[in-house]
Amino acid sequence: MEQKPLKKIDIIFGWDEKCTPIQVVEKTVKKTADSIILDMIDSGLKGRGGAGFPTGLKWKFCRNEEAEIKYVICNADEGEPGTFKDREILDRVPEKIFSGMTICGFVIGACEGYMYVRGEYNFMLKTLQQKIDIFNKQLQGLKIDFQIFLRSGSGAYVCGEESALFESMEGHRGEPRNKPPYPTVAGYNGKPTVINNVETLVYTSEICRMGPEQFKALGTQDSRGSKVFSVSGDTPIAGIYELELGMPLKDFVDEFGDGDTKAIQVGGASGFCVPRKKFNDTIIGFEGIPTGGSMMIFNSSRSMYNVLHDYLEFFTEESCGQCTPCRIGCQQLLKGIESVKKGERPPTYLDNLKRLTATMKIAAKCGLGQSVANPFTSIVDNFREEIIY
Amino acid sequence: MSKYMVNLKINNTPIQVEEGTTILDAARRLNFRIPTLCNHPDLSVAGNCRVCVVEVKGARLLAASCATPVSEGMEVNTNSEKVRIARKHIVELLLSEHNADCTKCFKNGHCELQELASEYRFGDHIFIDLVKVKDKVLDISSPSITKDSSKCIRCQRCVRTCTELQSVSALAVINKGDHQTISTFLNKPLNDVVCTNCGQCINRCPTGALYERNYIEDVWHAIYDPNKFVVVETAPATRVALGEDLGIDTGQRVTGKMVAALRKMGFNKVLDTDFTADLTIMEEGTELLTRLKKAIVDKDDTVRLPMMTSCSPGWVKYQEHMYPEMIENLSSCKSPQQMFGALAKTYYADKINIKAENMVVVSIMPCTAKKFECNRPEMRDSGFKDVDYVLTTRELAMMIKQAGIEFDKLEDEQYDSTLGESTGAAVIFGTTGGVMEAALRTAYEIITGNEVPFTNLNIQPVRGMEGVKEASIKIKNTKPEWNFLEGVELNVAVAHGLANAKALMDAVKSGGTKYHFIEVMGCPGGCIGGGGQPIPTSAEIRKRRAEAIYAEDMGKPIRKSHENPEVAEVYKDYLTLPLGHKSHELLHTHYKVRKRY
Repeated sequence: MEQKPLKKIDIIFGWDEKCTPIQVVEKTVKKTADSIILDMIDSGLKGRGGAGFPTGLKWKFCRNEEAEIKYVICNADEGEPGTFKDREILDRVPEKIFSGMTICGFVIGACEGYMYVRGEYNFMLKTLQQKIDIFNKQLQGLKIDFQIFLRSGSGAYVCGEESALFESMEGHRGEPRNKPPYPTVAGYNGKPTVINNVETLVYTSEICRMGPEQFKALGTQDSRGSKVFSVSGDTPIAGIYELELGMPLKDFVDEFGDGDTKAIQVGGASGFCVPRKKFNDTIIGFEGIPTGGSMMIFNSSRSMYNVLHDYLEFFTEESCGQCTPCRIGCQQLLKGIESVKKGERPPTYLDNLKRLTATMKIAAKCGLGQSVANPFTSIVDNFREEIIY
Repeated sequence: MSKYMVNLKINNTPIQVEEGTTILDAARRLNFRIPTLCNHPDLSVAGNCRVCVVEVKGARLLAASCATPVSEGMEVNTNSEKVRIARKHIVELLLSEHNADCTKCFKNGHCELQELASEYRFGDHIFIDLVKVKDKVLDISSPSITKDSSKCIRCQRCVRTCTELQSVSALAVINKGDHQTISTFLNKPLNDVVCTNCGQCINRCPTGALYERNYIEDVWHAIYDPNKFVVVETAPATRVALGEDLGIDTGQRVTGKMVAALRKMGFNKVLDTDFTADLTIMEEGTELLTRLKKAIVDKDDTVRLPMMTSCSPGWVKYQEHMYPEMIENLSSCKSPQQMFGALAKTYYADKINIKAENMVVVSIMPCTAKKFECNRPEMRDSGFKDVDYVLTTRELAMMIKQAGIEFDKLEDEQYDSTLGESTGAAVIFGTTGGVMEAALRTAYEIITGNEVPFTNLNIQPVRGMEGVKEASIKIKNTKPEWNFLEGVELNVAVAHGLANAKALMDAVKSGGTKYHFIEVMGCPGGCIGGGGQPIPTSAEIRKRRAEAIYAEDMGKPIRKSHENPEVAEVYKDYLTLPLGHKSHELLHTHYKVRKRY
């Protein structure tokens, strides 16, 4: 499998005085929408929220919809445990997000963009609003018909799921919708909507600034470019790092581990747990383990039972509760491992639970319930004895 | 936009359906049954129970067939191994969260989850019991509806019913994850929120989480008590639906059998709410004409028009909560049930020489709100509680079974006389538009001396299942005393289901409507779709019941309320005339402003 050595990159937080975000907008809107889409597709940029849908295609689908009103939404409901990169982006380079949103609006034909910021980031709202006001004024100055608005979430993890986010924005309970229709056809207020992650939007702006070639020179065939990682856990140097995609996990551990790393949870609570023995042949990228950026490092002092227990408690609480596999499934998994731990049920009960996660993975209504299987099976398969004894 | 046809295969059988059809509907056309729980024909699609998942070739996920439209070339498997395992897991998960004390459950044998469980035969309960002790505490605060959260499977059918069909939103989803549940505003008891007691949630609850507050034992106790004289009255819509719970086809009238069964059960007199439906027309029709006269001739601007019907206690409570500024528009007439109770314990008790305190009045209703109504403090004008117990059509069916009566083999019997005679106009109270039609048949004839100008007295514009119906009748050739109405276009409107009522009320409130008289029934379809009627319900079932109602009307020798001889008798012997002193005392009431929160 193609891989790249670990390499630190400085695109997201870099600042080009000669081409500021608003200047990127000014420059880009002189091109045609179709050529911008081609650049995006050519760059190979995939969504940085975790699911990895090709951004150029998403914009194209939405552009192709015929509707008078369309929306651009920036998903800043960064709720995945262990992820804190969007917070840093919102804090340091929000103009790049605005720039990406504006370019997207130009491409798809939207005049309004909304930034949905997680409830816990409310302390940022005031500053963000000031910066949005400045940016909106600059857009008006450039006679670009696009305005950005700020919305705040109320603290539900599930509202990071795009359709639950729309429901929340519309004033309803944050519950995911049935799909199809997908957001590019019927999203916020039932109108065609592009919803992109914070980081994705920054990359779209950066691709417009520097051209697709520079971006796609980074990474591997399936995972172009770089990505911002939130590194936490048992590491002496926790923090935010932008790294080229496609590195083996071993390189990552060598750089960030504390010399006693036992496992890494890649992609947050809903991601996969990789044990030490698999570090060498695990690639960070869409061909290996995709991630929204969360890298939680566990050393030998950690109980993987506790890790899994925490994750399951989290999902049990954060399931919106509407669909059966997720609402009850999460509770059964949590109570199930507790019961095995206490010796009330035999170790083989874990296999029943694994079969249950297989059902959750294909039958739950949204990504939340579908992905509980990831941490469950990867932890139970690799650390079975820790769960039982 | 014209619909395209889509070709797909379900279980290897090709089918062509219209674009937009769901996989579930397409499968049904091929007679492949896919189980469902959160799906209901009257409600929007939720797709939350996941019981209906199917496998679509090439898709990573199973698709909820109720929520997934077909697409060209789709290959669906409704019973693959993946589907079977997932479906079994889902039902088993639901059971783990469900208080499965089925044999002790009021809905035993009428539970969709129980049916599914019996299909899959779970011998080995693999999952851990998750029922919370606090959920096992029933909410019995309401005289109409009992809520048992431990039986709830969170399908949200009740919530969608309360919001979409009724615009009441007394029930809502609260909390998330393992704490997600169906509750009321601030988790208050049902009797303390905007609940109108309509019981539509009960009709759509797949399990025993919502059911009527039942008075079966109280009624049996009264029947067995030798010191009690138990009188029963039956509402119009019960006779076209009772059979459904007793093995008789939907849409079959069982009036005579119902009377026979009630007599066999031991009720001392079997009488008819239809009688007081006719009486209601006399009172309400006169009230309308009086209001019109005051408005047109006396120019009295305190008269509230349009006048609105008050027979549906769910609607009345809705109005009290939601449009308190319009409660004076409600007719002051009590509902037929309460007119019956008030007359039974006065006029009738005297007539048959029974002491009112020894009389027990039981009413058989298609309705759960009637249970609330009979407990209203206003409803004691006889000096006693006018109606003691209200049973739903479903409760009556249970009692008939308990009594060992083979219903389908019963010979038809007739109602007892006095408060037992009725006309076709009274029967049609049971369906939307019926009160309006009955009122027009009488009012028009009072004013003009002629029958309403519609073939066979059938006022078609107010019939049917459209949410809001309108009609206008030009009054011609009035009698001298009504000449102020000569040439007047009488404008009426009819709404059924509270969401439709809301639309109509908002229109009235905003001005610009010219209605004189409005009929509202709280339930979709009117009483035939009432919250106490046999389950299941659907547009098709309600249509068949309505047809039966109109057939009963056509079969009646008398079809105009004012021609009911027993009604004439009660005026002659007791009430003297409509809106007279005695009527005011016994047959009219007032309403109460209620808060929304």
